Amino acid sequence: MDARIGTVQAVNSNLLKVKFDEQVIQNEVAMVEVGGLALKAEVIRVRGQVAEIQVFEDTTGVKVGDPVRFSGELLSVELGPGLLGQVYDGLQNPLIELAEQAGFFLERGVDIPGLSRETTWTFTPTAKAGDSLRAGESLGHVPEGLFEHRIMVPFDWPGVWTVKDVAGKGDLKVTDEIATLENGEGETRKARLMQSWPVKIPIRAYAERLRPVEPLVTQVRIIDTFFPVARGGTYCIPGPFGAGKTVLQQITSRHADVDVVIVAACGERAGEVVETLREFPELTDPRTGRSLMERTLIICNTSSMPVASREASVYTGVTLAEYYRQMGLNVLLLADSTSRWAQALREMSGRLEEIPGEEAFPAYLESVIAAFYERGGVVRLHDGSEGSVTIGGTVSPAGGNFEEPVTQSTLKVVGAFHGLSRERSDARRYPAINPLDSWSKYESVVDAAKVAEAKRILREGVEVGQMMKVVGEEGTSIDDFVTHLKAEYLDAVYLQQNAFHEVDAATPAKRQSHVFDRVHDVLARHFSFKDKDEARTFFQELAQLTRDWNFQAQDSEDFHGLEKKLVARIEEVTRHA
Amino acid sequence: MRKVYRKIDQIAGNVITLRAGGVASRELALVRSTRGESMAQVIRLDGENVYLQVFAGSRGIATDAEVQFLGHSMRVAFSDDLLGRVFDGSGVPRDRGPALTDNYVAIGGPSVNPAKRIIPRNMVRTGIPMIDVFNSLVESQKLPIFSVAGEPYNELLARIALQAEVDVIILGGMGLKHDDYLIFREKLEAQGAMARAVMFVHTAADPTVECLMVPDLSLAVAEQFALQDKRVLVLLTDMTNYADAMKEVAITMEQIPSNRGYPGDLYSQLAARYEKAVDFDSAGSITILAVTTMPGDDVTHPVPDNTGYITEGQFYLRNGRIEPFGSLSRLKQFVNGDTRSDHRAIMDGMIQLYASFKETLEKQAMGFRMSAWDRKLLKYGERFEKEMMDLSVNIPLEQALDRGWAILADCFEASETGLSSKLIGQYWPKGKPETAAAEERKAEEPESEGPKEETAKTEAEDEKPSTDGKPEGDSD
Repeated sequence: MDARIGTVQAVNSNLLKVKFDEQVIQNEVAMVEVGGLALKAEVIRVRGQVAEIQVFEDTTGVKVGDPVRFSGELLSVELGPGLLGQVYDGLQNPLIELAEQAGFFLERGVDIPGLSRETTWTFTPTAKAGDSLRAGESLGHVPEGLFEHRIMVPFDWPGVWTVKDVAGKGDLKVTDEIATLENGEGETRKARLMQSWPVKIPIRAYAERLRPVEPLVTQVRIIDTFFPVARGGTYCIPGPFGAGKTVLQQITSRHADVDVVIVAACGERAGEVVETLREFPELTDPRTGRSLMERTLIICNTSSMPVASREASVYTGVTLAEYYRQMGLNVLLLADSTSRWAQALREMSGRLEEIPGEEAFPAYLESVIAAFYERGGVVRLHDGSEGSVTIGGTVSPAGGNFEEPVTQSTLKVVGAFHGLSRERSDARRYPAINPLDSWSKYESVVDAAKVAEAKRILREGVEVGQMMKVVGEEGTSIDDFVTHLKAEYLDAVYLQQNAFHEVDAATPAKRQSHVFDRVHDVLARHFSFKDKDEARTFFQELAQLTRDWNFQAQDSEDFHGLEKKLVARIEEVTRHA
Repeated sequence: MRKVYRKIDQIAGNVITLRAGGVASRELALVRSTRGESMAQVIRLDGENVYLQVFAGSRGIATDAEVQFLGHSMRVAFSDDLLGRVFDGSGVPRDRGPALTDNYVAIGGPSVNPAKRIIPRNMVRTGIPMIDVFNSLVESQKLPIFSVAGEPYNELLARIALQAEVDVIILGGMGLKHDDYLIFREKLEAQGAMARAVMFVHTAADPTVECLMVPDLSLAVAEQFALQDKRVLVLLTDMTNYADAMKEVAITMEQIPSNRGYPGDLYSQLAARYEKAVDFDSAGSITILAVTTMPGDDVTHPVPDNTGYITEGQFYLRNGRIEPFGSLSRLKQFVNGDTRSDHRAIMDGMIQLYASFKETLEKQAMGFRMSAWDRKLLKYGERFEKEMMDLSVNIPLEQALDRGWAILADCFEASETGLSSKLIGQYWPKGKPETAAAEERKAEEPESEGPKEETAKTEAEDEKPSTDGKPEGDSD
């Protein structure tokens, strides 16, 4: 046991200066002892014999001279079966157990292990004595809800290890030993059902990193078709307040085609987490027929919870995501909102009296954001299987202005940008992703050439719309006018999607390409209209028909019936050259 | 007897520094100078140096003033005796009543465990149609009123406080004009509501530092009442003054400012207060209504901007009326589905027509000719503003919905309102020509299917608000 002790020298809100005699480790965890409580803290700067530590809880009552115990461990999370379905705070305290123990409030100084020490899991060994294994390779597995949860050689064991013995099939607790391994130098170590990992260091126990190419279907049309996300890719959603960032994240967390979803609610409203918390257990995942909660893990450090653990919460989230990736699963991490995390960095930087960068954000903001998003990716594991971590972060720019440091630093490192606009949300055009500003470097679920053409018509249509505001409808040629109507049609029936309609809320990839082909066909056709009124009436009617079509269950009778009607109506007005 | 310190090393702004040992972070101290006594709070410790923020300000403090540490942090005596009382920003009675000294509770306590919250489900009725009908206030909601100086926001708060069906009202006044404080008190007394109210009032004439304590005092008391299964309404006015007080202290402490001089933790500080709004699983609730004045009517100013990201919607108060556009209650869809079957339809329908009225006004201003439809809209808009938007209108929700139908019936034909025929059949005032135009059309071409289709369409549209009421609800 480590017994290094320091004493508090200075207190400035949650930043303490601690005098120590022997040595300290940068980023190690320290416990501040105050009035019988131990408050968790992290070393963030060392100057001479004084360590500066940020405390993860309220520091009321701390005195100069109070003892601080250094642990020698970096800030870590527990990895093992029993994570899924949990609701943790930023430091992996299970909130539901905490409520049972401490009541209504998040009392400080309460530390509950992230994994239950009581629950037993049925372990089935897959490795046998004599096997040579590297960190991250399987020793066996236990069933956890939908998955076979792999029990792996701890990620921080260097080199190759030979299995001496493995526990037989049986019920074990997370702290039980399951195997003894020996390395080439004769050192033996014991592996348990659980292991721990420091959150700020990426897990690298895989064979190689691959380029993200396979699309991650979110079932939101404007995303999958126009601004797609890839498995193992990264994307960001900046937008002003009230534009629908959280709703978009909630929809994605329900419908995205991945194995595990980790929601990191970072510095946002508690009420929104409560909705997820209370509703998810009731919802069924259409992919598996089981409760959505079984594939979901919530990290919740809402705006009124201590700011230092807000900073830790995104790292906790991404570490847990990497852990499930190591089992060959596809994981989606949704961080809402990364601006609050950046503000947490800014608060600490201010207390450290560092020289501020733009808008008082620290100068290292950009590299910290880049390092976080770089933890997303597709990897090939040692056993040949592939796993991925996809990261989607929302950004809440001050005043809704994207020209601010957090948005700009994020845009440099992500693969897709879904910019929400106030105009679209005011016009109730949801999801309010601006189709002209947004971009993606990943591959769409539909034909790229067709998407490019649709984007062109969209842009031209908007230009015509702008022009019409000046010269009026009379001054616009019928061809331009039809382009405008086509763009509006595309917007109304494809870009907009009713998040609360049973069928329309989620459009699978296959249906997207089918519907998009129809819509594209309309965009590409030449129509002959007598006058503008006829054109407008036709497109209004067509939009209504298409919207109704969107509301029909795939391959139902009405679906096919409406499609026929649609095709016939389009044929009627087509100009055949 | 606790040790008395008599040597102050530094006085800067409202912060004094002295050398002392065994002092705890955020501990309180009593500072006695020739000009009187004041409480002070430890805001920083650095070796032997203790930084104290003096509530009454540093004016008149001598370097040999007496400083005595009290061994506890800021707290408030909680009991039912608080009801009907008025205190200042340091918790001292303002009403010549006795000081309370029993059952102290700490202020600024830890936040509520999200696992102990429930999805809000009760509407708070205010008697103001622009709130009840169009943006219902929900128990446990945190909602600011965005306004500019000169608007009657304090009158509005007082009215809501008086009419809301809550058990306890707590007023936190920050930088309040003394007149406004008196108005609040008189109104509550006149209506006999003082017996269920507690006031923590910092007036514009009081020392700035006391302003900083007001929200924490108010919310700590609110929390205790809520834990006793009471429904509490907390009124905070004005949060911009609170943010400015924070700015003042931050600058004195030589903190690096982030945006227009405000400290970098403005968001966290505001959120820590607003997030006290809660609906407890198996206990009472706290609803927070705050006033945020927008300097220069600029919503991108750091205070309203950060507030918007924290709160569950906002009311814009402009020209003495709650603006229907921009105002938003993010929680309304939790409650307005179970009030009356026409609530959501009236909410959407009347606002759409009011938006058309605004467009017509623009056309009129530009000198375009007014069509018959335009004239109908002008009549409608005028009546809507007078009979619904005006803040003097004071009627329960059901009556407001009925009045909505009456206005619609006076100005339009049923088919022009865009409301579903089912609701029209149920609520359209009797004796008004419901479908004059439709009947005429029928008479002309009896076999026309026109009206039928129209009905089907409006019905389909009516479905939308119920399913899609949410997108405008919660967002980021």
